[in-house]
Amino acid sequence: MSEILQTILPIIHTFGEDLFGTLLWPLVWTVAKVVMLLAPVLFIVTYITLAERKIIGAMQVRPGPNRAGIFGVLLPLADALKLITKETIIPKHADLPVFFLAPTLTLAPALVVWAVVPFSPELVLADINIGLLFILAISSLGAYGVLMAGWASNSRYAFLGSMRSASQMISYEVSMGFTLIPVVMLTGSLNLVDVVEAQSDVWNIVPLLPLFVIYFISVVAETNRAPFDLPEAEAELVAGFITEYSAMSSGVFFMGEYANIVMVSFLGALMFLGGWLPPIGLLSFIPGLVWLGIKAGFLMFVFLWLRATFPRYRYDQLMRLGWKVFLPVSLFWIFLTGLMIHLFKA
Amino acid sequence: MEEPKEFQNYTINFGPQHPAAHGVLRLLLELDGEVVERADPHIGLLHRGTEKLLEHKTYLQGVPYFDRLDYMSMMSEEHTWVLAVEKLLGIEAPPRAQYIRVIYAELTRILNHLLFLGAHGLDVGAMTMFIYTFREREVVFDLYEEVCGARMHAAYFRPGGVGKDFPEGHAEKIRAFIDDFPSKIDEYEVLLTNNRIWKQRLVDVGVVSEAQALDWGFVGPMLRGSGVAFDLRKAEPYDAYAKIDFDIPVGKNGDSYDRYLVRVEELRQSCRIIQQCLEQMEPGPVKHENFKLSVPKQEDQENKMESLILHFKHFSQGFEVPEGEVYLATESPKGEFGVYIVSKGGSKPYRVKIRPAGYNHLQAAKEMLPGLMLTDVTTIIGSIDIVFGEIDR
Repeated sequence: MSEILQTILPIIHTFGEDLFGTLLWPLVWTVAKVVMLLAPVLFIVTYITLAERKIIGAMQVRPGPNRAGIFGVLLPLADALKLITKETIIPKHADLPVFFLAPTLTLAPALVVWAVVPFSPELVLADINIGLLFILAISSLGAYGVLMAGWASNSRYAFLGSMRSASQMISYEVSMGFTLIPVVMLTGSLNLVDVVEAQSDVWNIVPLLPLFVIYFISVVAETNRAPFDLPEAEAELVAGFITEYSAMSSGVFFMGEYANIVMVSFLGALMFLGGWLPPIGLLSFIPGLVWLGIKAGFLMFVFLWLRATFPRYRYDQLMRLGWKVFLPVSLFWIFLTGLMIHLFKA
Repeated sequence: MEEPKEFQNYTINFGPQHPAAHGVLRLLLELDGEVVERADPHIGLLHRGTEKLLEHKTYLQGVPYFDRLDYMSMMSEEHTWVLAVEKLLGIEAPPRAQYIRVIYAELTRILNHLLFLGAHGLDVGAMTMFIYTFREREVVFDLYEEVCGARMHAAYFRPGGVGKDFPEGHAEKIRAFIDDFPSKIDEYEVLLTNNRIWKQRLVDVGVVSEAQALDWGFVGPMLRGSGVAFDLRKAEPYDAYAKIDFDIPVGKNGDSYDRYLVRVEELRQSCRIIQQCLEQMEPGPVKHENFKLSVPKQEDQENKMESLILHFKHFSQGFEVPEGEVYLATESPKGEFGVYIVSKGGSKPYRVKIRPAGYNHLQAAKEMLPGLMLTDVTTIIGSIDIVFGEIDR
């Protein structure tokens, strides 16, 4: 993989510089890289919606969508077409600029964080040394979009939903952040490539299994997925903060939600499951990208599995779980990890 | 500086257009944050004047109206009507018809409780339950269709018996379903009964003490969930229930979880009842032999003048019912469902009053909801298992 890249890249660069000039080429090259990164991401995001319906359908003993194309493979396209062509209904008393900024603000952070997610040691858009911090910082911006959506729609259901969502996202960001600190402590770096390379002997999930469990539950809650989907709990809040959104503006919210799921699944695979490293050395003939895909895919599958299995938590129970259970446990593990590192070094 | 304004509670309209409001329930909820301060259930959006309509229909034409009262337990409602008319007439259905009616009343109980389980699961967020229970409901609907032609609004029970005898092989189909069904109940229970989240959402939510349940006029599973072992099938056995052995499940704490457990156990008991009915049933007539009250046999209609006239009169003028009044209640899946008929002779009732089970349960929502969280509202609504067809009538 890397050899091919090293031979091809200079050729592309010289060709590009000839075409666009030395001044313009770096800009064009960056845009091209962004497109190359986002196209597969958006492809996964659209197709996870189909996967969700198919997998949950199989769990519920029904075929799931199968009309659009064979096995329903064209369904995401049909959905997109439907959402784009539908009328966008704007509530009478909505705060227009905020109303339309909100979905964008939900989707954008979910896409921006991909900049630092590495797919292999070489395949990363921005190999910065504070990658993890960047992810945490940007992904927490998503709460603003939700809060703004609830506020701008001027609807009571939407408002209640957004209040719930904002408090839920903030609470679980905390425990999610704390579960990642021991990983950083073990690695000694915030760079995601370094984090993965440090797991070449043993994956982080082995010494940090309870933290991985907490991490996963926290990200399920943070992305507002079942059983923590209170903000859009259709049983009481209709559709939560999305209630007043229609057509593509609601579609953008869903894209943001699914992009977040994909992102936290990849992050979990990188932080705890050894990223692109094969489970045993013998299997290293399979490319790292495939391993990363399998691991992240498994985590995404668990997301859907949870949705088909569990009832929904109540708001106060969710808060209790976050602050009274996960926070102390993860804090204790930070302490324990520090102690272990200290003892083994001495 | 501006004076701070007084904080006001939030009032939201929960329904009638709401994904979790069963039917056309409209609840006005006053919220203090997430906590319900005041709940005000509104009724009447599905009022169809059934009681008045019944005054203009013959007793036989009244049967389909009862299907449409509690449209989730169709035949149980018919059961009340036909038993009340039979009591006015002073007749009893032949034994086979009684067994058939009990079988179908219990199958209807299964239908209703399956919908309860599915909808309650969906309200609480366990959406898979809904699909699972509808899979089994489909089987029962197929049985319905086979025995009377309609999948929901059957009009199968008639004063003096049932519309038709079982078609060939029907009893075996019911038996196959009943043999298989307990394993399906186990499946539901694996998903819910010991699920931590399910328990957190249901246990101690909407607690109704024994005294409160009696004060509010609770009936059926709601009453039994609060620990009162009262069941009309045992207390005043009608049709073949006297010859059948079954248990009345009761709850301990009177919370939503107990009511859920009671209903799940009732599903198992219904299987037991149907099993016994199928064993005890013997061939025989399924209609009352007085053909002034029931449809004459097909061959008689073809050969005898009088039978043809009776057939015509049965469906046009209807049968004569002596003067009198009667109140009769049966144990419908939702509780005591009663009907009070006043007859002044003739083929149409003078006045009919229906006593729905859900009405009393809904009024209790006002008392049960304050102090709970908004999320619990859906739990309670699911738990009291209301259908507006019977409440608004």
